[in-house]
Amino acid sequence: MFAGLAETGGPGTPLALRGRALDARMMLRAGSGGAGSETLVTIRAGAVILVEDGPLVMPSWDFAISAAEEDWALFLRAVPPPGSHDLMALLKRGAMRFEGNLHPLMSNLLYFKLLLASLRPAPASEAMA
Amino acid sequence: MTMRVEPIIGRYGHMEIEGRPHRVYWEEAGEGVPLVCLHTAGADGRQYRAVLNDPEVTAHHRVIVFDMPRHGKSSPAPGTVDDAYALTSDAYAAQILAVCDALELDRPVVMGCSIGGRIVLHLTHRHPERFRALIGLQSSDHVAPYYDTAWLHRPDVHGGEVCGAVAYGLMAPQSPEAERDETRWHYMQGGPGVFRGDLWFYKVDGDISGQVAEIDVSKCPIHLLTGSYDYSCTPDDTRDLARRLGVEMTEMEGMGHFPMSENPERFLDYLRPVLRTIREG
Repeated sequence: MFAGLAETGGPGTPLALRGRALDARMMLRAGSGGAGSETLVTIRAGAVILVEDGPLVMPSWDFAISAAEEDWALFLRAVPPPGSHDLMALLKRGAMRFEGNLHPLMSNLLYFKLLLASLRPAPASEAMA
Repeated sequence: MTMRVEPIIGRYGHMEIEGRPHRVYWEEAGEGVPLVCLHTAGADGRQYRAVLNDPEVTAHHRVIVFDMPRHGKSSPAPGTVDDAYALTSDAYAAQILAVCDALELDRPVVMGCSIGGRIVLHLTHRHPERFRALIGLQSSDHVAPYYDTAWLHRPDVHGGEVCGAVAYGLMAPQSPEAERDETRWHYMQGGPGVFRGDLWFYKVDGDISGQVAEIDVSKCPIHLLTGSYDYSCTPDDTRDLARRLGVEMTEMEGMGHFPMSENPERFLDYLRPVLRTIREG
């Protein structure tokens, strides 16, 4: 679900420039408990340099963002519906959870919103699908 | 090359608010029934640039938009810049009444968004006789806290960056990018702790859920409009308020928390008929 981040947020991208002061490891969880999947995203100098899909042995991360797979799918639509168009919209309706050391997330909030939204298809391509 | 000049005039006025001297900046355009516009938390009057520039509105209304103290070009009162800031219902109402008195406005229409959409409920609860009508944008009687607002004001997080990022997500993805950029820029320019201090009113002190039943809309008509993408004040939140007040609400499709600023042209399509109804009322 998140493999594309290595391309959309990789070295040399506008996102890497925006986050140039950032080093962080972000855990993304889709689903809940043992039934869900996990993806560890490593960011160095704003660039996504590694995207590792679970299961992971002893993963170490700064913060985690978790939501049900269907809620991630709504967020990742080309034009997401109300209540799913922003990470904090999902937070507000209890569909998303932030945990861990939130300083890297909150001090680079727009970067992370745009990074995750970068996985959305262009509106036209979804309309054609 | 010719320059296009907008009809908006901006001035500073000196007035006392809650016993303190203030230098308040306001912009205005047009003539007719006074229409006072209240900006959202952590922003300033630039949000109403399209209303001030709309010939159809300004043909009938003297549109007045002031920057609240600590916002935009209205600095904090002398000697208060380092005070802890937490906006209260009393302080907010006092600011609005002070501006209306200073400009000698006779029963103005007041339109507010978000915290402005909340304070209009307080205004009609306290002083319904002073206003011709009220317009609440993104208006609800309370909002339960859903994130830790301390992140908006701490020395190790850039306040402008985080406030702008929060504002960004409150807008609809369909709103024009240039207008969304303008809107979040206002947030990026806010003073330290101002957005957080305003949210004290929005989420704590300004909760009016216990007094909604005491509001008599026959004394002062109230119109409610809410954007469909707003997750802070959802259309259902406004719908619930409207039901309790016994008034209609309009859901504005494809707009978020800042309709007048994030999608001004579309917002004007919703606003003009409301103003017409008020004038004919």
